[in-house]
Amino acid sequence: MIALQAADIQPFWLTLKLATITTMVLIVLAIPLARWLAFGRSPLRPIVETLCNLPLVLPPTVLGFYLLVSFSPVSFTGRWLQDVLGLKLVFTFSGLVIGSVIFSLPFMLQPLVAAFRQLPSNLIDAARTLGKTEGTILTRVILPNARAGLLSGTVLAFAHTVGEFGVVLMLGGGVTGDTQVASIALYRKVEALDYAGAHSYALVLVSFAFVVLLLLRLIQSRHETRPC
Amino acid sequence: MLNLALTHTIPTPEGPRPLHVELALSPGERLALYGPSGVGKTTLLRLIAGLARPDQGRIAFGDTVWCDTGRRVHAPARERRVGYVFQDYALFPNMRVRDNLAFAQPTPNRNRLDELLALTRLAPLAERYPHQLSGGQRQRVALARALAQEPQLLLMDEPLSALDPALRVALREEIDEILHTVQLTTVIVSHDLGDVFRLAHRVAVLEPGKVAALGTPRDVLLPPTPGGRHALSGTVLAIEPADVLWRVTVAIGNDTVATLSADVDQLRIGAPVAVQLNGSSAVLQPA
Repeated sequence: MIALQAADIQPFWLTLKLATITTMVLIVLAIPLARWLAFGRSPLRPIVETLCNLPLVLPPTVLGFYLLVSFSPVSFTGRWLQDVLGLKLVFTFSGLVIGSVIFSLPFMLQPLVAAFRQLPSNLIDAARTLGKTEGTILTRVILPNARAGLLSGTVLAFAHTVGEFGVVLMLGGGVTGDTQVASIALYRKVEALDYAGAHSYALVLVSFAFVVLLLLRLIQSRHETRPC
Repeated sequence: MLNLALTHTIPTPEGPRPLHVELALSPGERLALYGPSGVGKTTLLRLIAGLARPDQGRIAFGDTVWCDTGRRVHAPARERRVGYVFQDYALFPNMRVRDNLAFAQPTPNRNRLDELLALTRLAPLAERYPHQLSGGQRQRVALARALAQEPQLLLMDEPLSALDPALRVALREEIDEILHTVQLTTVIVSHDLGDVFRLAHRVAVLEPGKVAALGTPRDVLLPPTPGGRHALSGTVLAIEPADVLWRVTVAIGNDTVATLSADVDQLRIGAPVAVQLNGSSAVLQPA
């Protein structure tokens, strides 16, 4: 019942590829953004933070719908992306990556911002009086002392990307080999009344979710017992 | 050496209040900023370090202008080479003692680092993390780290306030010796008279809005004649011969009391003392 065909493995590889690329992009994006949100002084911060956290409460299909409309070649932005930058984002893997980055952003951002805000401000001031540049302070002081937040954010963003459905269906269209990730493949199996195949996908995804949550718990407990 | 004349708004329980300060320190001088909590002592240190900008005024060190609001000059903290010992020490939790010091060095210098570890008696603790140290040990690391950056000015914010009284006395003497060795121009914030008398050459007494008095601790803070209010416990500030007896000045709360004593062998400056009322005179015993 739970035997997967060779062709059925492909959505898992696509899912892992999407989650890995999305997580890497998010690490690069979220660290400076979290730093600005945690330590910046701009009055725009609450607005930006709220916008970044919208995917937490929005139905994924809403975000997927707006991205589909925005990236569609008939829209102004979609046409501009295609004509000027040569980017075709509807029903393509590149579009999936962009949608996933936007949708998983709060899962990376929230733990990072929380970890940054917990750091005593004197640590950063001390580094400044020691003559350190903001880049050195980030890499030598802030990130090492907020590593539990960084690890939690990375694991959560990766796991959340693996579990995406609404955005990838709307924006990716579930094209076999290109945008059909595991969650979509499971949906297609059910549509085709192939419950054995659906079970296989579901079991792997449940196992993955369990391992991820266990890993998160271990990270948190390690952080609690070893302050730094 | 350090010259500052500035006005800055200090948030107080009664609302924002401007603090006006004019100070000049000569090379190697140690100045204490003394006054009640909330008067703006720490804020003044942060302004000198470049961690905050004054509302108005000028701060210069030697020929270098660090801040001049009139000319829109503000050198960031990293360019001022100021050693700052924070009240909560602000040691980097992810670095061992040695790494905290090495991180502070402008250029890696193992010999200088070992010298500093020896000067501050931290060599046996060099491989420990900050959370594995006692309060007094962390304080010494904070001072050593501030010195490791080879500062031109040292700022210490309530360096001993987090320590228990016995440790405070011992560490105060250690810090005094270290500061004597390094001969750095130093500004020390404290609301403890023992710190002021033991560590500072001059004291600026801060009151809300202004510097109320400036001079040697003896001139500014000691009463002119023996007498004053007596309480039961205090801190020895000064011991000096007075004919066949000794004149001992003791801090009791925020007041100072000068009294005469025949036996001062067990009394030490900065140490706690019990003041026992006995008719018109007082008997002093180490607490």
